[in-house]
Amino acid sequence: MEPVVHLRAAVALLGRFPALAGFDLDVARGEIVLLRGPNGAGKTTVLRACAGLVPVVRGEAVVLGHDLRLDPRPVRRHVGLLGHATGLFDDLTVADNVRFWGRACRADPGDIAAALALVGLDGRLRDVVVGRLSAGQRRRTSLACLLARRPALWLLDEPHAGLDHDTRDQLDALIGRAVRQGATVLLASHELDRAESLAHRVVELAGGTTAPARSAAPSDGSAPQAPPRRAPAAPSPEVSHVA
Amino acid sequence: MTSPTSTTVTGAPGADGRAADTPRAVAGRGAPGHTGSRASRVLGILALGSIALLVLYGLVWSPADAEMADSVRLMYIHVPAASFMYAGCFITTIASAMWLRRRTPGWDALAGASAEVALVFTAITLGTGSLWGRPTWGTYWTWDARLTSTALLATLLVGYLALRRLDVDPTARSTRAAVLGLLLVPNVIIVNRSVEWWRSLHQRSTLVKLDPTIEGQMLVALMVGFLAIGLVFTWLLVHRFRVAWLEYQSERLDLDLALAERRAEAGHPTDVEAPA
Amino acid sequence: MWRDAALVAGRDLRVELRSRVTTNQVAPFSLLVLVLFAFALDPDRQLLERLASGLYWTAVLFAALLAISRSAAIDETDGVRDALRLSGLDPAGVFVGKAAAVAVVLLALELLLGVGVVVLYGVELAGAGLVVVAGLAATVAVAATGTLYGALVSGLRVRETLLPLLLLPVLAPVLIGATRAFEAALAGVPADGWPWCGLLAGLAVLYAVAGALAYGTLLEGS
Repeated sequence: MEPVVHLRAAVALLGRFPALAGFDLDVARGEIVLLRGPNGAGKTTVLRACAGLVPVVRGEAVVLGHDLRLDPRPVRRHVGLLGHATGLFDDLTVADNVRFWGRACRADPGDIAAALALVGLDGRLRDVVVGRLSAGQRRRTSLACLLARRPALWLLDEPHAGLDHDTRDQLDALIGRAVRQGATVLLASHELDRAESLAHRVVELAGGTTAPARSAAPSDGSAPQAPPRRAPAAPSPEVSHVA
Repeated sequence: MTSPTSTTVTGAPGADGRAADTPRAVAGRGAPGHTGSRASRVLGILALGSIALLVLYGLVWSPADAEMADSVRLMYIHVPAASFMYAGCFITTIASAMWLRRRTPGWDALAGASAEVALVFTAITLGTGSLWGRPTWGTYWTWDARLTSTALLATLLVGYLALRRLDVDPTARSTRAAVLGLLLVPNVIIVNRSVEWWRSLHQRSTLVKLDPTIEGQMLVALMVGFLAIGLVFTWLLVHRFRVAWLEYQSERLDLDLALAERRAEAGHPTDVEAPA
Repeated sequence: MWRDAALVAGRDLRVELRSRVTTNQVAPFSLLVLVLFAFALDPDRQLLERLASGLYWTAVLFAALLAISRSAAIDETDGVRDALRLSGLDPAGVFVGKAAAVAVVLLALELLLGVGVVVLYGVELAGAGLVVVAGLAATVAVAATGTLYGALVSGLRVRETLLPLLLLPVLAPVLIGATRAFEAALAGVPADGWPWCGLLAGLAVLYAVAGALAYGTLLEGS
């Protein structure tokens, strides 16, 4: 089956700086892949490139069947990016924000309402102005915007950062749920314990490319050589009740 | 501005390509280390020559005008300067359009260079126009169509150049500048039309009609003025463009070099394939 | 595209309503400008009344700078630009929506300033037809031009200072046209004013089209 993400010697430029300097990655449908590496290694760029936001100038880059080198725009509808920035309007309420972004990508109104419910923001917090929310609540709002899109590929940039324990559990549950429904997840994280147990596979990144294999690294699956497992063998312990 | 003969990019005059970071060496890969060339030196000499000719014609050989006396001599600079000011704006707009289509840096450099040279000629136009106005109308500044719209044009160019100086990602800067540059000529036309419609003091169409009172030696002087100003404009544009091009060259790292440095962060050897 | 435009216009207006910056700050500021003119020109009522059209539109332009700046700021919020690119919204639709929102805000400000000019400068309204049409055309022209130029300086640290420098020279013809049209209307010679109305309408169309075409490029390339 065709991989959801296929990068081969991909070079991506931020201005004139080669953030990705020849990166290989293959992700199959239903996989959860963790990108790991030091700050500045290019993890965020990988995610943004897969979203079609950063142009790939050399190598191969095919995401969800769309060739990113030809035109990065068509793929955007099918991915969901949860980045450092929230992409929310501080003056509008949670409901306003999710509704705007939902309707912008032509999401079903039912999906929009369901998204709010899934992140637990359909109660009192629905009508609170985003500017008044805590960082974790804002992250949940952004997550609701992502959920409403029902993307086939989830691109999560340090999704656990700044969240409390319960919210992290919630997020993991939602990721598990999405994967069971056929989505694919690519995430970059520094929360190694939690992310590693969530992910099927780990890819090491350094200097804009796959890191050279280090002998002492235990879970270092650097090159996409081993055939990836299609689906999780058993439900991971984090897939618990949905709040 | 550039010196009268050529502009040299300073750097160790050593073997090209040896030291990878001196501007001369970087520029040496495909571009000259200074902005002078045989063609532009010939151009410069011609320009100087025609300026000398203009001085002779303008000040000595052509007669004073019946109405305006000696101040008409300013026209031999003012009118061509205004024409080339507009020419510069056209070049900027066309170069901006070409950049948006082709995305090659040369067009971006040309757009910027042309705008700067146009601004110089705008200043000359305003200066000579103002000086002309003094004996003719008694004041240094009159709100007539030509001067007013030229002043507005000056602000348009200043704004454009300010946008070009931004400290952002070069592609972003070029994109914004190109869109703004594309709007330059439409803005100029709109401003000119509306200001002219509104005021009508200035000697309109002195150039277009080639006013019958401008004849004989005065016409010759005006033509020489066009020649001289045109040559100076071209010379300035060529050099300013080359400076911009060299700036671009020296900023830009060779992509492969940058890639190798980036990969070296990770401790890779310098080959491209991922280690097995 | 129109659906996207309506969505974005609704969002922008909702932000303005919720934040109340326009009502609390921009509106008082524009009235303050009218008052300052009176200080500068000595409230010799004859003079103010004669100059009213020009002073009015100058005040509108200053208020417009603020309104456009606010409109651009909405999309500068962290991550919004990325989200816009990802959302699949038609950039031309986003432009039209934003310009429409700015136009609505400007119309409200213009009404307020109109009342201000009538009260403070003792202007007598006449030629209402011309006034309304010219006002609408000028408003659309200012909104369209401003939204495009707002996008040109969006996200820059120097947005506050660069926007006036870029926008005001471009709006000079609008100022000329609108003032002449209003003067003709108030003087009871509307025939003089309609040609200027044509100019304003032409500018409105030109910048609406230019903005719709260029917005996508600016959204991607910046």
